[in-house]
Amino acid sequence: MATAISVRGLSKHFGEVRAVDGLDLDIADGEFFSMLGPSGSGKTTVLRLIAGFEEPTAGRIMLGGEDVTRRPPFARDVNTVFQDYAIFPHLSVRQNVEYGLRVKKVPGAERRRRADEALATVRLEGYAERRPHQLSGGQRQRVALARALVNRPQVLLLDEPLGALDLKLRREMQIELKEIQRDVGITFVFVTHDQEEALTMSDRIAVFNEGRIEQLASPVELYERPASAFVAGFVGSSNLLEGDVARDLVGDPGPFVIRPEKLQLLAEDPHLPGGIAAAGVVREVVYLGASTMSVVELDAGPTVTVSHQNSDTSIDAAVERRDQRVVVSWRRDHLVSLGSPDPAASPEEETA
Amino acid sequence: MGRPSSTSMAMSRGLRRSLAGFTAVVLAVVYIPLLLVLVNSFNSDNTFGWPPPRFTLHWWKVAAESTGAREALFTSIQVALVATAIALVLGTLAAMGLRRTRFFGRNVVSLLIILPIALPGIVTGLAFQNGFRTILGIQLSIWTIVIAHATFCIVTVFNNVQARFQRLGTNLEQASMDLGAGRWTTFRLVTFPMLRSALLAGGLLSFGLSFDEIVVTTFTASPQDQTLPIWILQNLFRPNQAPIVNVVAAVLVLASAVPIYLAQRLSGSTAEGLTGAR
Repeated sequence: MATAISVRGLSKHFGEVRAVDGLDLDIADGEFFSMLGPSGSGKTTVLRLIAGFEEPTAGRIMLGGEDVTRRPPFARDVNTVFQDYAIFPHLSVRQNVEYGLRVKKVPGAERRRRADEALATVRLEGYAERRPHQLSGGQRQRVALARALVNRPQVLLLDEPLGALDLKLRREMQIELKEIQRDVGITFVFVTHDQEEALTMSDRIAVFNEGRIEQLASPVELYERPASAFVAGFVGSSNLLEGDVARDLVGDPGPFVIRPEKLQLLAEDPHLPGGIAAAGVVREVVYLGASTMSVVELDAGPTVTVSHQNSDTSIDAAVERRDQRVVVSWRRDHLVSLGSPDPAASPEEETA
Repeated sequence: MGRPSSTSMAMSRGLRRSLAGFTAVVLAVVYIPLLLVLVNSFNSDNTFGWPPPRFTLHWWKVAAESTGAREALFTSIQVALVATAIALVLGTLAAMGLRRTRFFGRNVVSLLIILPIALPGIVTGLAFQNGFRTILGIQLSIWTIVIAHATFCIVTVFNNVQARFQRLGTNLEQASMDLGAGRWTTFRLVTFPMLRSALLAGGLLSFGLSFDEIVVTTFTASPQDQTLPIWILQNLFRPNQAPIVNVVAAVLVLASAVPIYLAQRLSGSTAEGLTGAR
């Protein structure tokens, strides 16, 4: 597949701060690519560098094979959906959407047709003559999207576009955005700090931390095989086993991580082949609606979180376990090794 | 956010009454003398004896025929218009220049631009007279008044535009460039429309400042170029001109109310439009 964006050795320093630090990245044509990370991890800076709002300290940015590193924003075939939408308050919805075509001197009739088309794509037919201050947050978000899509850019950059919406609307927009992306076939580069959002929408996700990519993988791979403790902790929640505890339980100092839903709470050790069991005491039981989370203090030392689906109508059984002795059991191959401190030792495939 | 209303709820009846009383007194102190000027312009007694024996339109007729007053008015308008035009261009450019770059000494430059409005007029006036006549060897004229006025008129425009820039941020302009508009197109289609009401407010203030300036004008005007305030000052103590001065003053009071009213209306409505859009 052709490459839409190619970034080599990209750095952006603000004084002493290395917002982006020697980044290499390739984003394929038509891909829904997410950049995920906590605030200050550099993901938004990368987006602004690609858009041309920042000049890199070092490195190159290629768009569709062309070097655009030194080009101003208006000479790059990318469009941005801004976090606060940045809708022109003095223009109507139609004038906002037509803006990109107007400055490119597209004739009036075509401009009108394409604006109507873009407004239909985001389901805002009939809103063309409204003023921005007459719209709700979700509608403004759609205007911002239509205003960018109408230009049919090679790449659409989205800077936490759903951040200001409430949860329900956000979920709806996530699915809708994904559909729009599939329909128009434009490469989407999506910045978010919401791991669930990234997992829901993306083909691939780059997890950012301190100006670098910690891991770049598909959502499934990212969740099932986190490459570092940071990724394991940032994407979903996880239990960490390391050092002597890991040696006692697993027979290897690790470190290992395991997801809460991969652990089982049992009354006694089931002695499963390829299984591991550890005894402990339930300290806390939290009811979360769809699932229940139990916090278990293992006799071996660490505290682990166990999650299980509430497929029964009653969770009394789980709640009654508080302060009871239990056995936490899991399959050996659900453990994810984060690589041994000793480079000679091989990862989890051998122990599994 | 409910705080302002809760304080007014908490205000006691007595406090509210005494505040109303204070307000009435302050307004009376300001506006009764102005009203007096207006009434006296119709006073038939040319020494303004009180109460007026009769009312007459005579002084208004005399004033309308006074070439001195008319020429002075015309000069003042000319000076204020040109000084404001210069201030609008230079003030906006200065605010834009200081906004985009973050260079060493930025605050110093900003201070230097604002300073002329705080300097005593007599100092600025003397300095300009020296500068024009001794150093540059230029004859004083209407243009020397314009230049001197522009130095403090710039400040009102600069301040208004800078405040607007601060409130707007750079996002809208970035969005414009992102959509393919170059720098000039972005200024024309986005920046300027967003600045319009700030420019109007700054321009009106600047016009007002220039129009009633007297100290700096005294030092930078040639004897032939009389602005209205200087004409008033010179004719105030001539017994047969005093009634005309009164009429001119009355006209000025009425005329200055109009732009202030307009400015208030405009800034109110655009502020609403802008905050609604955010």
